[in-house]
Amino acid sequence: MIEKLSADVTIVGGGIVGSSAALFLRRFGLSVVLLERGLCGAAASGVNYGGVRVQGRTLSQLPLALRARSIWSRLSSYIGIDGEYVQSGHLKIARSESDMANLEAYAAQMREHGLSLQLVSGAAFRAAHPMFGARAVGGSFCAEDGHANPRLVSPAFARAAQAAGARVIEQCTVSELGHTGNTFVVGDGRSVEVKSSWLLNCAGAWALDVAQRFGDAAPLTRIHPGMAVTEPVPRFMDVNVGVEGGGIYGRQTARGNCVMGGARGAAKGSLYAVPTAEAMGELCRRMADLFPALADVHVIRFWSGVEGSLPDHQPVIGPSPNVPELIHAFGFCGAGFQTGPAVGEALAELVYHGRCDIELAPFALQRFAEHDSLVTS
Amino acid sequence: MTTKFVIVGAGPAGMRAAEQLVSAGHRPVVIDEAHRFGGQIYRQPPYGVQRERSDLYGFEADRASAALNRFASLLPQIDYRPNTLVWQVAPQTLQLVRDGRDETLPFNALILATGATDRVLPFPGWTLPGVVTLGAAQVALKYQACLVGPRVVFAGTGPLLYLVAWQYASHGGQVMAVLDTAPTGAKLRAVPKMLARPTVAAKGAYFVMRLRLAGVPIYSGVRLLGAEGREHVTALRWQKADGTQRTTNCDAVGVGHGLRSETQLADLAGCRFDYHSVDQAWLPTRDASGRSTVRGVYLAGDGAAILGADAAELSGARAALAALEDFTIATSTALASSLEAESRRHARFRAGLETAFALPANWAADAPDDLIVCRCEEITAGELRECVKTTGAREMNRLKALTRIGMGRCQGRMCAPAASRLLADAAGCDLKDVGRLRSQAPVKPLPIRLMREAATAAPVPFEERDD
Amino acid sequence: MNALLNRLSTVAPRAPVHFELDGVPCTAQQGDTVLTAILTQATRLREAEFSGQPRAGFCLMGACQDCWVQTVDGRRLRACSTLLEDGMRLSTRRQP
Repeated sequence: MIEKLSADVTIVGGGIVGSSAALFLRRFGLSVVLLERGLCGAAASGVNYGGVRVQGRTLSQLPLALRARSIWSRLSSYIGIDGEYVQSGHLKIARSESDMANLEAYAAQMREHGLSLQLVSGAAFRAAHPMFGARAVGGSFCAEDGHANPRLVSPAFARAAQAAGARVIEQCTVSELGHTGNTFVVGDGRSVEVKSSWLLNCAGAWALDVAQRFGDAAPLTRIHPGMAVTEPVPRFMDVNVGVEGGGIYGRQTARGNCVMGGARGAAKGSLYAVPTAEAMGELCRRMADLFPALADVHVIRFWSGVEGSLPDHQPVIGPSPNVPELIHAFGFCGAGFQTGPAVGEALAELVYHGRCDIELAPFALQRFAEHDSLVTS
Repeated sequence: MTTKFVIVGAGPAGMRAAEQLVSAGHRPVVIDEAHRFGGQIYRQPPYGVQRERSDLYGFEADRASAALNRFASLLPQIDYRPNTLVWQVAPQTLQLVRDGRDETLPFNALILATGATDRVLPFPGWTLPGVVTLGAAQVALKYQACLVGPRVVFAGTGPLLYLVAWQYASHGGQVMAVLDTAPTGAKLRAVPKMLARPTVAAKGAYFVMRLRLAGVPIYSGVRLLGAEGREHVTALRWQKADGTQRTTNCDAVGVGHGLRSETQLADLAGCRFDYHSVDQAWLPTRDASGRSTVRGVYLAGDGAAILGADAAELSGARAALAALEDFTIATSTALASSLEAESRRHARFRAGLETAFALPANWAADAPDDLIVCRCEEITAGELRECVKTTGAREMNRLKALTRIGMGRCQGRMCAPAASRLLADAAGCDLKDVGRLRSQAPVKPLPIRLMREAATAAPVPFEERDD
Repeated sequence: MNALLNRLSTVAPRAPVHFELDGVPCTAQQGDTVLTAILTQATRLREAEFSGQPRAGFCLMGACQDCWVQTVDGRRLRACSTLLEDGMRLSTRRQP
């Protein structure tokens, strides 16, 4: 028995982007049906590192990230829980003088655009941050950045959307995607079919499955960031730490576990990823290198996930060139947790107002028009 | 090219599998986490400590000696690696850690004989020092020549309850009571199935008789209310079948409700799992030969399904034969058939045990909100129920993500049976509908320092420059 | 009561092993695990991270992970599966 629904907006994908879009659309009074293949917020949105950080982003992402920052600062007013969000500050470390020069150049550039960063090096750095090994020569500190627990936050956006009146349907694998006249028809072919005027493609690493049905293409590939978490450890780190040059990042939760990311896992089928032994070994080496205090500590879980990535490390956000009422938001390259709620809000504004205040031109799908789409299945 | 046979676990199943492979002319690798082979049931004292086998193994002394002596004689012909943990399984590859060194071991045929632990149903105060599993009480006695106590109450259900109580009573332990949560009637109903293995059934009756003769009070249909004490347990409160409450002063409580299979490596190996109603657990699917759903991976012993040591020997041998059939030109139909036939008797007996020693049906509904369920993360039953109510969670991995249950060092070994019953009860569905916790590498905590010993960190590839 | 484990009187004592428990010199026996060495003369192995409540292990077979003990130099040992060695300096209180 196929349940037939109609709504203003159908959203495919219940990660943080799709779920927050559903919430903001409901705040505008539009009707929404969200279809999620598994459980909301359980894919990349739920297994990522949990960094809530503006520092390190490109200029083009700054407006989105700054807008998201104000949402994060009032998170519980949106989703009813604090999601373990803490404004710990983000410290990006330099491990050489040339790294430090890069951080200084970035800080100078960003200062003009509303992102304030404090640079610290030498003795002052070592005094402020004694937990690093000798390899850290200095760092750039962003006091308003922080971290949160994605396992709590992302599903909570979906619950908030549902509480606000969105129809959220989980365990629903979309197989039918069509557009006739002014109407999208989306369904799973067995239990539900939705007709709507708008369609939001928030299908994450699998967004091309949706995009290609409407003639859109992008060189979206899948990456599998490696993650590790330690047993609870007495507090030694208050800030969210990254490094210039990337490859290792870490934070200590309120309960004392250290969550670390870096290295790459491997795909397991098309929906999941597993950490490989090589990656896990590499991640541990980087962890111990950066944080000598962790040498005697145990890792209790490794994991990986499936994340969409694009060659210029910027997402696709914006209307389809083929079907204007189809709006894409995917390919966040591992940095979509912090900006997610602002992207959701931007999508809602695009639908409701026909435009949004944030400049989305850098994220247009059309920028890939000259490239062949490289699909890794 | 010679086939690389690898066996994980040197208990009854692993030892027999090794024997079968050696007699076919192969040199298997046998990996075991413990210092000495024997598994739990035939656990040997540490090197240099002498104990009589009759003292260690009682009725099982002859079987234990036979198994241990046979394996000892195999040592020159196998690659035996004790003190070695398998922490990850990838296609045809194991990751090992031994003496603080990490190693990769390729394999063609993998026989998982990973054994079991006690199955735990928490009660208030179960995290107090002095409260241990039945298996732990037995390890203390067998492996370390110590008794928990001196005054000890044994509680829970299952044949191990009576065996351990008798072992303690006969070694000078002060057994204050044996409290069986299964009702008397259940044991009578089970008699027909238990006659499938009359000698074993008789042993059980013997332990009961000897305990009674020793003046140890035995109760059935008991409900455990709580362990009391501050620094350590000092008393156990419980309820008799007729509802009257009792308090028994003690210095230790040994508790267990049957056994649960260690299946993490089968999970990482990609084996399919099915829900089994006799074990009331998700177990890796295997056929009568011990083949899993993954080519080259075989399952034997209590790590595949709880059937006891004798059945473990049979299934270990049968799994080795299956590996030989798949990877060499060996065929041995007669032996395989007889092993399978003998195994079926054990399964029938096992079903009888589950009837006789059923888990308390109302355990989940009766669990108080402030009961600690996950002892690693200190998560209570109330927190689990609140999560179900607030979020509608109905699946174990979701419950884990939202409440942290199973996120501690033990990865749910101690809490998953209880947590899944609480989830099913709170969500109003059957136990099998809530699924099972996915295993994650490392299956046991892994020191970060281990990985440091290798070459210094390589420069980060450009495509991995995540922030 | 100041011990959770009691040695069988029927088993002859083995050679002594000297160690330190919370700064106090102690003796146990060859073949003792760290868990046995401690619990034959004390009633706790560690403090639970979140409640501070005392813990003394549970399964004794390396599954429950309840018996992790810290050494004075910050290493961590799983007490039930680690044999006691001469000179070990063990701590059952939380270290900063």
